[in-house]
Amino acid sequence: MKFGIRLVLGALIAVVGTFGAAAQDTIAKIKQRGTIVVGVKNDYKPWGFLDPSGKIVGMEIELAEDVAKKLGVKLEMIPVIAANRMEFLNQGRIDLVIATMGDTAERRKVVGMVEPNYYAGATNVLAPKSANLKKWEDLKGRKVCAVQGAYYNRRVGQLYQPDLVVFPAVPDALNALQGGNCIAFLFDDTLIGSTLAGGDPKWANYEMPLASEDPQLWAIGVRLTDLDAPFGKLMKEMSVDWHKSGRLLALEKKWGIKTSPYLEEANKKHRGS
Amino acid sequence: MDGTADFFRWLAEAHRIDVSIAYDPLDRKRFLIGLWTTIWLSGVCIGSSILVGLIGAWLHGARSAAARGAVQVFVQFFRNTPPLVQLAFFYFAVSAALPPVTDRFGASVPLIDNVGWAIVSFSLFAGAFNVEIFRSGIEAVPRATVEAAESLGYTRLAAYRHVVLPLAFRVCLPALGNNLVNLVKTTTLAYAIGVPELLYAASQVWSEVFNVREMMVVLLLTYVALVAVLVHGLRRWERAMRIPGYSA
Repeated sequence: MKFGIRLVLGALIAVVGTFGAAAQDTIAKIKQRGTIVVGVKNDYKPWGFLDPSGKIVGMEIELAEDVAKKLGVKLEMIPVIAANRMEFLNQGRIDLVIATMGDTAERRKVVGMVEPNYYAGATNVLAPKSANLKKWEDLKGRKVCAVQGAYYNRRVGQLYQPDLVVFPAVPDALNALQGGNCIAFLFDDTLIGSTLAGGDPKWANYEMPLASEDPQLWAIGVRLTDLDAPFGKLMKEMSVDWHKSGRLLALEKKWGIKTSPYLEEANKKHRGS
Repeated sequence: MDGTADFFRWLAEAHRIDVSIAYDPLDRKRFLIGLWTTIWLSGVCIGSSILVGLIGAWLHGARSAAARGAVQVFVQFFRNTPPLVQLAFFYFAVSAALPPVTDRFGASVPLIDNVGWAIVSFSLFAGAFNVEIFRSGIEAVPRATVEAAESLGYTRLAAYRHVVLPLAFRVCLPALGNNLVNLVKTTTLAYAIGVPELLYAASQVWSEVFNVREMMVVLLLTYVALVAVLVHGLRRWERAMRIPGYSA
């Protein structure tokens, strides 16, 4: 069912096209509407995931709530995946992307990346201890699960030549890994770290065996036309504020994520300035 | 070739119509692998689903009540459940229950991989429809013709092979063609379990290059072409098998 919906959405994206961005000021539009629509992840624990009652919660969700509170509007969340979040934004279906989005030069041509970046991750794999992986080169020719639209698929695919099996969403890829369909799961080290630290007995015999590579900043995304407009400026201010006040570090702690050196450094830097 | 690549590069830069598979070697390779995977996956599934259909239709007319019942259960099960659900069921549930084997790296891997399950699942799914299609054809063969064959000393199997099936096949070719066209389109579902077919390849490309519209158009046109080839082949086959005077 989930796949089906994604396919339909994919088709709609193609039909609607990507020129939905309006010239009207986005803040005024959001206030007039009374709601801000934010694209978030719902399969990326603990940044954005479904709690047992089916509500989307997580660290990024709290950031989205901060934005809604600041603007004095209601928050509407739309679950997005890596492969559709930028199209949704440019069509005007969502106003903002807070969805573990890596900040790459290629993507900067399509969406506005809010600076300072609110988080940073790197690439690693989740693998059963029995796989006995030691270095990235061990992946060559092996089946490695991954998720569609992730920026590191291309790089790892070209550099280490694993046989990538790419799934539409994280749970599918994790299921395939558990089923022994792949030797490892290629993903962001932050998610792997929190999955392993979560204490789920299902992952007791798994590890993150390689050295994390290719550090990557995460950014909140706005439409390119908004980046230097009041909406983009507001987001930049909020981002500085989150770093300065220690909000991000506190959220990280609250959601049980290992403190990231990037946030500590950014906190020091912004407090100093 | 270079001229074409340059043209598409210019098209991408000047008009933002980015058909990256026309100039980017990695994207082109992915797309061609996808095209090839779709073609052979469709071919294998067409062949095995016809085989499933023939065997099922034959068992359907068997004297043994158990064989007839088994065919009924098979047809009902695979015809009444969505192919995507069957695929997920095989890949995520059945696969884990089978004994693992050891691959060339010494790791234990499932007996059947994602491509294998796609073939199994689609063959059974389309095969269930083929059983009903062939049955309709077999039932259209006059009882008198079968009796004539029997009185000439044909066994049940020989009469089925030499008399009933050739006639039935001609009757059900149009319906069979429809089902096979559907089967080719159903192969896109294999995307959900990471089989590198056309939809998978296209989505890989557009999630990196952000050319969703262009790739969607390419994808649709490719399927139009693939199905056109299949339909053309089926029509020629139909014409070649025509028996003068026997109109079905």
